Amino acid sequence: MSGNENREKYKLNVGKIYEGFVIDHIHAGRGMKLYKDLGLEKLDCSVAIITNASSKKMGKKDIIKVECPIDRFDLETIGFMDHTATVDVIKDGEIINKPKLSLPKTVKNIIKCKNPRCITSIEQGLDHIFVLTDPEKEVYRCKYCETKYGEQ
Amino acid sequence: MRHLLTPLDLSVEELETLMDNAEKIKADPEKYAHVCDGKIIATLFYEPSTRTRLSFEAAMLRLGGKTMGFATADSSSAAKGESVADTIRIISCFADIAAMRHPKEGSATVAAKHSRIPVINAGDGGHQHPTQTLTDMMTIRALKGHFDGMTIGLCGDLKFGRTVHSLIRALLRYKDVRFILISPDELKLPDYMTDEIKRNGAEYEEITKLEDAMPRLDILYMTRVQRERFFNEEDYVRLKDYYILDMPKMELAKEDMIVLHPLPRVNEIAVEVDEDPRAKYFEQVQYGMYIRMALICMLLDISL
Ligand SMILES: [Zn+2]
Repeated sequence: MSGNENREKYKLNVGKIYEGFVIDHIHAGRGMKLYKDLGLEKLDCSVAIITNASSKKMGKKDIIKVECPIDRFDLETIGFMDHTATVDVIKDGEIINKPKLSLPKTVKNIIKCKNPRCITSIEQGLDHIFVLTDPEKEVYRCKYCETKYGEQ
Repeated sequence: MRHLLTPLDLSVEELETLMDNAEKIKADPEKYAHVCDGKIIATLFYEPSTRTRLSFEAAMLRLGGKTMGFATADSSSAAKGESVADTIRIISCFADIAAMRHPKEGSATVAAKHSRIPVINAGDGGHQHPTQTLTDMMTIRALKGHFDGMTIGLCGDLKFGRTVHSLIRALLRYKDVRFILISPDELKLPDYMTDEIKRNGAEYEEITKLEDAMPRLDILYMTRVQRERFFNEEDYVRLKDYYILDMPKMELAKEDMIVLHPLPRVNEIAVEVDEDPRAKYFEQVQYGMYIRMALICMLLDISL
C-alpha cells in the first residue's frame, strides 16, 4: 500500500447520509460562515463541518454535510456565499440531484448594509436587500443606498 | 402610478417631453395657472433645504394647487420615531403627490414602496437628487439649445458631489459630450464614474487647474465643497477654497460659455462674476421651478 493510499484511508471523513445534502468544494475558511448564514445552527439536525480538507483542485477546501429533509435548504444563500461550491442532494442514500449554483440576482436578509447613512440603519422592519449589479465582477449593491457590498 | 427616485427613471424621450412642457409653461404661465386646481402637494422635509422646498411649493402654487408639509424633522412625527413607511401611508390619505427630503440614503425608495401617491425624491442624503439634475438639464438645453457635442467642465468636489454624478449620467445618454473634470487629487471623480464614462465611449480629461480648461468650455458647472462630507476639519479647510471663479478666469472663456452652480455657493464663485452675462446660476433656479411644474403635471397625469 503506497503512502498516499494509506493517507487516503485515514482521511477525516464523516459517514454517508441517508437524506440531506453535501456542500463540497467550499473555499477553505468559508465553511463556518456558510453554516451560520444558512441558519444550520438553529436546525435540529446533524451537521458535520470539515475544514481544510485536502483537495486536488483547490489545495484546501471546506465541506458541510447536513442530514435533514431535503426541502429545507437554501440554494440562493449558498450561491451567494460561494457559487463555485458544489451541492449533492441525497435521498434514500443516493445522490438524486446536483443543482448548479449561480450568483442570485438579489439576496434578502443574508447580508446587512453597513453604510451608516443608509435608510436600512434606522427604518424598522425593512429587509436588507442586495442586487447583483455586475455579474462579471460579482458586485452586489444595497437596493436602497447602492453601496457596494464589502465597501464600507 | 409613477415616482421619480433617480434621474434615470425617465427615458431620454420622457425627459425631452418634460423639458418641452416646462418651456411651454415658461412661455405662457397664465395658461397653466389652474391645471392643478384642487390638488395638494405634501413637502416632507426631514432636513431643512429651504430653496428646494420653496421651489416645489412655488411650482404647485403656480399651477393652482395647494401645499402642506413640514420643513424639519423635529416638527414631524419622525421626531417621535415614526417610520418613513408609516408617514407616507398617512400622507397618502391627505395629499395627491409628495416631495420628500430625508438625510438617509434610499429613504425615497422606501417611501415609494408604501405610497399610494407619486413620490418625488427631493434629495436622499448623499444619494440622489433627481430634480436638481432635471433643473441642470433644462437650463443647459434652454440656454445652449442641445447637448450633443458639448464640452462641459465640472469643477470642485467631484468625489462626493452627487449632483455631478447624476448630471454626468444624464449627459452620457447624448452624443459626443466631452467632460473636463477639474478637481484637486483628493476630490477626483470615483473610478466607477470614470468607468461609466469610458463604457459609454465619451471623452474625458482630468485636470487640476481651472484656468487650463476655461478656453475650451461650453458649460462650466461649479460645485461647493461640503463640510459634512469630511471627517476632519483640516482637510475641509484646505480644500474648500481650492477653486475660486473670478473675472480674470472668466476672461479666458468663450463669449457664449455659461456658468452653472446648484447653489448655495460659498466662496467658489466671486460675487463680481454675478454681473457677467455668462453667469446663469440664478436663471437656473427659475428653470428649476418650471421643470418641477412640468414634473408635477406629468406624475399627476395632467396633460399639458
Ligand atoms: Zn444601504
